[in-house]
Amino acid sequence: MATAAPARSPAPAAITVRDLTMAYGDFILQRDLDFTIATGDIFVIMGGSGCGKSTLLRHLIGLNEPAKGDILYGDESFTAADPERRAEMLRRIGVLYQSGALWSSMTLAENVALPLGEFTDLEPDEIREVAALKLALVGLAGFEDYYPADISGGMQKRAGLARAMALDPDILFFDEPGAGLDPISARLLDDLIIELRDSLGATIVVVTHELASIFEIGTNSVFLDAETRTMIASGRPTELRDQSANERVRRFLRRGEP
Amino acid sequence: MRGPPGIAGTDGSRGEVAARIFPRMMTNSLLDSALSVERRPDGALLVRLRGAWSLEGGLPPIGVLRTEIEGGDISVIAFDAGELGEWDSAVLTFLAGVSRLAREHGVELDPSGLPDGLRRLLALAEAVPEKDDARVSDTGDPFIDRIGETALETHRLFKSDLEFLGCLVLALGRAVRGKARFRGSDLALLTQQSGFEALPIVTLVTFLLGLILAFVGAIQLQTFGATIYVADLVGVAMVRDMGALITGIIMAGRSGAAFAAQLGSMKVTQEIDALETMAISSMDFLVLPRVLALCMMMPLLTLYGDAMGILGGAFVGVAMLGLSPVEYLLQTADAVSLSHVIGGVFKGSVYGMLIATAGCLRGVQSGRSSSSVGDAATSAVVTGIVAIIVACGVFAFAFYTLGL
Repeated sequence: MATAAPARSPAPAAITVRDLTMAYGDFILQRDLDFTIATGDIFVIMGGSGCGKSTLLRHLIGLNEPAKGDILYGDESFTAADPERRAEMLRRIGVLYQSGALWSSMTLAENVALPLGEFTDLEPDEIREVAALKLALVGLAGFEDYYPADISGGMQKRAGLARAMALDPDILFFDEPGAGLDPISARLLDDLIIELRDSLGATIVVVTHELASIFEIGTNSVFLDAETRTMIASGRPTELRDQSANERVRRFLRRGEP
Repeated sequence: MRGPPGIAGTDGSRGEVAARIFPRMMTNSLLDSALSVERRPDGALLVRLRGAWSLEGGLPPIGVLRTEIEGGDISVIAFDAGELGEWDSAVLTFLAGVSRLAREHGVELDPSGLPDGLRRLLALAEAVPEKDDARVSDTGDPFIDRIGETALETHRLFKSDLEFLGCLVLALGRAVRGKARFRGSDLALLTQQSGFEALPIVTLVTFLLGLILAFVGAIQLQTFGATIYVADLVGVAMVRDMGALITGIIMAGRSGAAFAAQLGSMKVTQEIDALETMAISSMDFLVLPRVLALCMMMPLLTLYGDAMGILGGAFVGVAMLGLSPVEYLLQTADAVSLSHVIGGVFKGSVYGMLIATAGCLRGVQSGRSSSSVGDAATSAVVTGIVAIIVACGVFAFAFYTLGL
């Protein structure tokens, strides 16, 4: 896997979304979504509140089923995979949820250790060692035996990231990583995301509407529109800001200025 | 002109009445003179605002303006706020009402006479026009529609109940084959929580139940001079049915509600999502240990409850009816057979299964808000108790038919 940022060079597709329609019952949230997330990208899913960004993420990781269309990991359909194959594909991804979603009845080390224990043949003390390392990577060395309730929101997010990275995933998903963080912590998390992409060679998918973060980390993006209920732009966020033909996209990326 | 009371120019009785009923509304008498309207010859309606306006004093009625406007010949509403004192949202709400009235009747509104702050707030309140389909219609769907919706919803819920049961059975199958994945430490902790930690409440309730049964029996049996049979009554009733039933109801309120609340809040915090995206089945990891813990603990708690109930009965027998403890216990031992005990314990374990299933089912079905977690806990207790009582009835019939 490439270790440098292959930002603009043609890289193989990590995830392909084909003609996806998302719906709750009869209510269509988004339709005709078509895009490709290339390996090594930091791909931003953006759009206004309530446009279905987080729902798209839930579709990508299999928590919601598409009303129509297909999601491919590499060149294999995730949507059509049977539960066992799907479980195997899920082992290649890691998800950082908006609130961290750490298992509250377990310590941080146990949180990180659980996937390791489930999917590797490591001995318990080896698992403990790996878990401590993952926590150290996100700056939480020494916090192994704390419970999620004992630490701050920013630390919970970082611990959630350590857990998402437990199995060295190829693709990392972030749901609103900056939400609820102070500007410095949010910036540090952005830096960490870039660092992880560069050092692990992982593909990163971020759902966010925080402009600073979008421009800082995004190498490619898709813009979901709440009114027309489909994607109305895609490309590098900074380019969309300067050159997008769509006024709504430009206004969004320039905080309301046309 | 039939103006509403409380406006200058009409009688001031509203202020006096209000002052008698609500002393705090004394300021209403101030409002009496706070608002007056004047029709100008040039077709303008001048609204004068005076003195202090506050929400505590209540909102002035807008009817007098409506009457004036509907009287016709008014092209613009102007304001004079020169003598307006302190004001808060009361003025703003009133002005928004006036503005709406003006729009309805095609009359222009001239806010230039208002203080700067009020003018800006009014503009802010009207900056975003109301969305056409935003307001929830209060007419509701037709009756037939609602019946249909309810039927579909019931069908959907029933399907999801069945699906859950199916998954649970499969998971139990995996557990039997030793293939289910959950943490032993979770099972141990849940066992402690739903077993050992329930002992005090089970002790209290079953002891008192034995006591109550003994009293009820004693009154009847005393008339025949057969008080010793209180031991039979209490022993058989507790061991056959009441021990398991009352322990089940306690556990439904205790563990069933706890399970639903735990799983429901894990859904709110996305902890269950986190499990699923790691390809760890929440059925194996969360539901199984809870069901197993309660299935293991309920028979033991039932046995313990039986013993406590018999003790409660013995307490009455010895202290109130003058029986000797040995006599009472021997009589109990004679009356209660092993098949009674086994039957009771069997019922207890079935109840345990039902309670844990109901609790986990409602927890997993919970929505993603904190109020739905509360609903899930309530629903878990109701479902659990209903299931226990129904099962109890089925058992009573089956055991009778089988002659047990």
